[in-house]
Amino acid sequence: MTDFSAASARALAGPSWLVDRRVAAAEEFAATAMPDTGAEEWRYSPIGDLDLDRFAPGAGIGDAPMPRLDIQPAALVRTVNGRVVAIDVDEELVGLGVHVGPLVDHPDGAERLGAITADAGDHFTGLNDAFADEPILVDVPKGLVIDRPIVVTHHAAGDGTAAFPRLVVSVGENASVELLDHHTSDDEGQILVCPVVELDVAPAGRLGYLNVQELGATTWQIGSQLARAERDATLAAATAAFGGAYARTRADTRLVGRGAHGDLLSLYFAELEQTLDFRTYQDHLAPDTTSNLLHKGVVGGESRSIYTGLIRVRTDARGTNAYQTNRNLKLSEDAWAESVPSLEIENNDVRCSHASTVSPVDEDQRFYLESSGVPPAEAERLIVAGFLAEVLAPMPVSAAAHKIRSGIAAKLARQAEAAAA
Amino acid sequence: MSELVIEGLRAAVDGQEILTGVDLTVRSGEVHAVMGPNGSGKSTLSHVLAGRPGYEVLGGSVRLDDVELLSLPAWRRAEAGLFLAMQYPTEVPGVALRDLLRASARTSDDADEIERAMVVEAGRIGFEEKFLERPLNVDLSGGEKKRNETLQLGVLRPKFAILDELDSGLDIDGLRMVSGRIEEATEEYDLGVLAITHYSRLFQQLRPDTVHVFAGGRIQESGGPDLATELESTGYERWVEPAAAKPSAATLPEDPFADPLG
Repeated sequence: MTDFSAASARALAGPSWLVDRRVAAAEEFAATAMPDTGAEEWRYSPIGDLDLDRFAPGAGIGDAPMPRLDIQPAALVRTVNGRVVAIDVDEELVGLGVHVGPLVDHPDGAERLGAITADAGDHFTGLNDAFADEPILVDVPKGLVIDRPIVVTHHAAGDGTAAFPRLVVSVGENASVELLDHHTSDDEGQILVCPVVELDVAPAGRLGYLNVQELGATTWQIGSQLARAERDATLAAATAAFGGAYARTRADTRLVGRGAHGDLLSLYFAELEQTLDFRTYQDHLAPDTTSNLLHKGVVGGESRSIYTGLIRVRTDARGTNAYQTNRNLKLSEDAWAESVPSLEIENNDVRCSHASTVSPVDEDQRFYLESSGVPPAEAERLIVAGFLAEVLAPMPVSAAAHKIRSGIAAKLARQAEAAAA
Repeated sequence: MSELVIEGLRAAVDGQEILTGVDLTVRSGEVHAVMGPNGSGKSTLSHVLAGRPGYEVLGGSVRLDDVELLSLPAWRRAEAGLFLAMQYPTEVPGVALRDLLRASARTSDDADEIERAMVVEAGRIGFEEKFLERPLNVDLSGGEKKRNETLQLGVLRPKFAILDELDSGLDIDGLRMVSGRIEEATEEYDLGVLAITHYSRLFQQLRPDTVHVFAGGRIQESGGPDLATELESTGYERWVEPAAAKPSAATLPEDPFADPLG
């Protein structure tokens, strides 16, 4: 008997529509077999090692330390094990009709939740539907431009905890906002986090979304980021992934309105025995849509990275430009990077390309720096940071770039220590 | 007064001997020109001196004063005072010149001092300051790359500089400023120079004390500055072994696309 039953889902608090929704999702989850590596979607993953019976939906544990972000946000929400522990929203924004807080407190909450997840996501998106304790909604009304970022932080704590953070971001017509979504967890104990983020951008809206993943070393993450961009909307969705034993993000981006644009960026750095896994889907459904995907990562130690991505251009999506690039730098013999980009094109009037590379640090670059007196460890540090700079520079929420840079620096310092040992 | 002393230097690439016994001494403040035809091993000499991986040293020694450079890794040679201005400077995406200079063991830890030196040196060679922000050699023209190399030389203040075809890629004005800057360095801080080139145009501003003809992996003849002018009119034919220079029709292999060295 698992704790992920319909009865457990029914026990979670919330209005009846939410409880019904959870129960339906839990029943569907129970009726569906757990995925295994026989499915293409999970082929390179260690999904077979996941034993759900070792986890139970995490209860609120009070509070957890606020991560140091050095950002002055327009609004801040913090959750621990999926429960809101703090909300602070600029009064002026509240007056302008901005909602940042529990989704159930918004009059249209029931319609917003899952509005774009139908036919998207995977088995674990469904598990989040069943057990998301307290979904958060960020709703920016039509025409409003917010110039400071909104910050949402999630922490998962406690051995055996399964946490289901849920964030719904809804950007109104011609509105503009940036949001930092920061994920941490305890550095010990077995923890499973299945976050789901929904990014919905109305016509001519602009959303910059940055996910910074600094989970603890023993945590598993199986997450979904599901996005929809309507006519002339601009979505920049970025991930900087550092933590977790196995951390997977599935990102589905649907460009449903003419002229919609998506910049899909990710930066990752795996070390020790970590596995970082990215699965992307750029789905062009409307004419003149563009998407530009750049994923760059570094693997050191005995770590692994997995990138599998698909560009799909539908029959009606003439004039599409879609690009997909994945580049990996291997710092050690035992590190391993899998990269599988692919295209599926149903219209002739398109420009698409994909590229992927896995390579060690370039010897010529190394020699160039060393011949000017740069010691080898320092040369490698510069080259790796330089390699990642290309994808860091265009990331949204530039106020958080220092956080990402210090994440890279910490990884590089540990690589240097490991090399010296 | 420092000395860079090369004695009996022999080196191979992929098992083929390219340097066949190089003897050359450069003292502080001196400018030595090494001129020779394509394929004579000039660039190999610069790489072996700087410690580039991929070359097998078969014998000989390279001493900077009392330090045997051949036993040191590249960065230690640079730290000891050797500098290589590359013929084809490598692009290093995402790494700016200031990152390199701050990380170099030749510079102080004072970031402001490095910054000031960069601006001063850029001004001396007509290198626009906007290039200081760019990633190393990325999207730079040939001439800008050579200015970038020269700027590094100015800030790092090495004891000896190996200039591998510094003149290639530079236009007339660029060549004048860059070669003039290096000539000044030979007086300002007694820089010793080993300038490798095909042409004498580098020596309008940078006055060589000695000119060496390099062919077949070694120095064939040495002389005064006039030798550079003479080479410009006579060419290198005298020093090139006919068989090595151009295989005759009779010796061509049956398959014209086969590797002639194969």
